Amino acid sequence: MSTVQLAEVAHARSGDKGNHANIGVIAYTPLGFEFLRKELTPQRVQEFFTGLGTTRVERYELPKIGALNFVLFNALGGGASRSLRIDTQGKLLSTAIMELTLPAPENLSAMTRSINPRRFAGG
Amino acid sequence: MKTIRIGNGAGFLGDNLDAPRRLVEAGALDYLTLEYLAELTLSILARKREKEPQAGYADDFLTVLKSLVPVLQAQPKLRIVTNAGGVNSIACARAAAKVLVDAGLDRESIGVVAGDDLLPRLSELQAAGCDFKNLDTGEPLAELKKEIVSANVYLGAREIARVLGDGARIVVTGRVADASLTVGPAMHEFGWPWDDWNRLAGASVAGHLIECGAQATGAFYPHWQELDLANVGYPIAELSDDASCVITKPAGTGGRVSRETVCEQLVYEIGDPAHYLTPDVDVDFTTVELAELAADRVRVSGATGRPAPDTLKVSIAYRDGYLASGQLLVYGRHCEAKARECGRIILARLRAAGYEFERSLVECLGAGEGVPGLAISRASEPIEVMLRVTVHDPRREACERFTREFAPLATSGPAGLAGYTAAAGTVRPVFAYWPALLPRDLAKSQARSQSAREWLS
Repeated sequence: MSTVQLAEVAHARSGDKGNHANIGVIAYTPLGFEFLRKELTPQRVQEFFTGLGTTRVERYELPKIGALNFVLFNALGGGASRSLRIDTQGKLLSTAIMELTLPAPENLSAMTRSINPRRFAGG
Repeated sequence: MKTIRIGNGAGFLGDNLDAPRRLVEAGALDYLTLEYLAELTLSILARKREKEPQAGYADDFLTVLKSLVPVLQAQPKLRIVTNAGGVNSIACARAAAKVLVDAGLDRESIGVVAGDDLLPRLSELQAAGCDFKNLDTGEPLAELKKEIVSANVYLGAREIARVLGDGARIVVTGRVADASLTVGPAMHEFGWPWDDWNRLAGASVAGHLIECGAQATGAFYPHWQELDLANVGYPIAELSDDASCVITKPAGTGGRVSRETVCEQLVYEIGDPAHYLTPDVDVDFTTVELAELAADRVRVSGATGRPAPDTLKVSIAYRDGYLASGQLLVYGRHCEAKARECGRIILARLRAAGYEFERSLVECLGAGEGVPGLAISRASEPIEVMLRVTVHDPRREACERFTREFAPLATSGPAGLAGYTAAAGTVRPVFAYWPALLPRDLAKSQARSQSAREWLS
C-alpha cells in the first residue's frame, strides 16, 4: 500500500495546557481537509504518540479553516514545571506529527502545498 | 468604519527586549500590549515577592518601558496595556511611574488592575464553599497537603476598559486572560455593550492571535527556509467596529503574515474550538474565516460568541520538591548505548551513596528522544548524542548531590565524553500546577489610576 506523510498535506502547531497538549493540524487544501477528516483519526494520533503516555485523544473540527484540533490528555509527563523531559511543553509535537504516515489518497496532487514562496518576496 | 491598531510586543517573560520599541516605532499603533504571564510564571514571581516584598512583577517591562520613552514622547496617543504586574501590580506601577517621572512624563496616568491574587483569600473562599477542585483530577484543594505558592484568578477586560476610560496611558494588570489585554482597549474605544457576545468574541480572537508575539507572524512555523526571522516583525491587529480585524506587521520586517501563519496561531493552545472560554465571553472559533487581502495582510472575521461563563479559571501553584538536570556530549560508535550506560552509572553511584530519587529520566538527545517513543526510522546511527539526565525529589540536598555526579565521569567513565564544565545545571524548586474554578460573583477586581507623580508620593 502506498503511503503519504502528513507533512505533504498539512502543517501544524502544538502547545500545552497544564499536563495536556494540543496539536492543531491544518490542511493545505479543502480536499486535503476531507482526506484528514477521514484518515487522521484520534486513534491514529494516539497510536503515533503512544510513547508519551497519552491517556486519551479528543479530536475537534474547524472546517472553515480546514483544521483539526487534537487534545492529548496527560501527554506531557507532568507539564511545564514537573516534566523531566527536555520538551516540557509539547513544543515538538507539531513537528513530530509531520512524520505520521497515512494511506496515500488517489488525488494527492490536489492536497499538497501550492504556495510559491516568491509571492512573498520583499514582504 | 473606525479602526484601532493594537500591536503585541511581548509573548512571554523573557521575550525579545527590543521588539516592543521596534514595533511601536514602525507600527503607528494606538495600543501596545505586552504579555508576560505563562501558566507558571506567577508562581516564580510569587517566590520572588516572598524574598523581597517590592518584587514579584515582570521587570523586563521596566527595561522595555525605558526603551519606549522617546516613542511615548513622540506619539502622545500611544497607550500601553500589560500584565507585567504579576503578583505585585502596585510595585510595578510605582517602578513604571519612576521611569515616566525621570523622563519628564510625570503627568501621564498609570492605571492598575488588581484583585486576581487569591492567596490571601483562600481560606475565606474555601469557608464560603468554594473547594477549588482540581479540573483534571476532581480532587478538592483541601486534600492537597503541600505549600501553596500562588493562586490567581483570571480577570477579564472590564477593569482595563475602566482605567482606560479614566485616562490611563499605561495599564498594569496582574493575571488577566491574555485576550482581555486586547478586549479592554476595544471596549473602551468602541463602547460596545458587555453582552454583545459576537463583538466580544471578535476582539478576543484578535487578542488570541497577537498575544504570543511573533508566533502570528512566521515564528514557530515549519516553512522557516522561506523567511528571515532575524528581523521578524511583531503582530498588529487592525480591529474594526464590527469586531473583524486584519492581522499584519510593520513593513520592511521579516517573517510573514499569511493564511497559514494566522491559522496556526488560531489553533495554538486551544481545547474545544467551539468554546474558547475567557472571563469576557465564550468564543466559537469554528465560525472564524480567514482571507488573504495582500502580502502580510489577513482578514479575520465571523467569530461568534455566547454569554461569558459563570465561573472564572484559577491557576494555583504548590511546592513539589526540586528538580535538577545535567547534560554530557557522548561521541563515537555505539554512542547511544554508551550514553545510556553513562546515565545508568550516574544513577547507580548516587544509589550507592544513599540517594534514590523519586523520579528520574535518562534521555539520548540526537537519537529522536525529544519526543519519546516515536518510531521514526533512521538511516544510520548518529555519531554523537547528548546525554541528559533529570531527577525530581522532595530533598534539595539530594538534587544538589546529583549535580556533582557528572564531572567525575571525565576520569571514571568511558572514552568519548565532553562538556563536563557545563554538564550539571542548577537545582530549581518545582511549582506544580493546580487548575481550578471560582464562581464569578466571588471575584473582587479592583482598578485605580493616578498620575505617575501621584504613584510616587
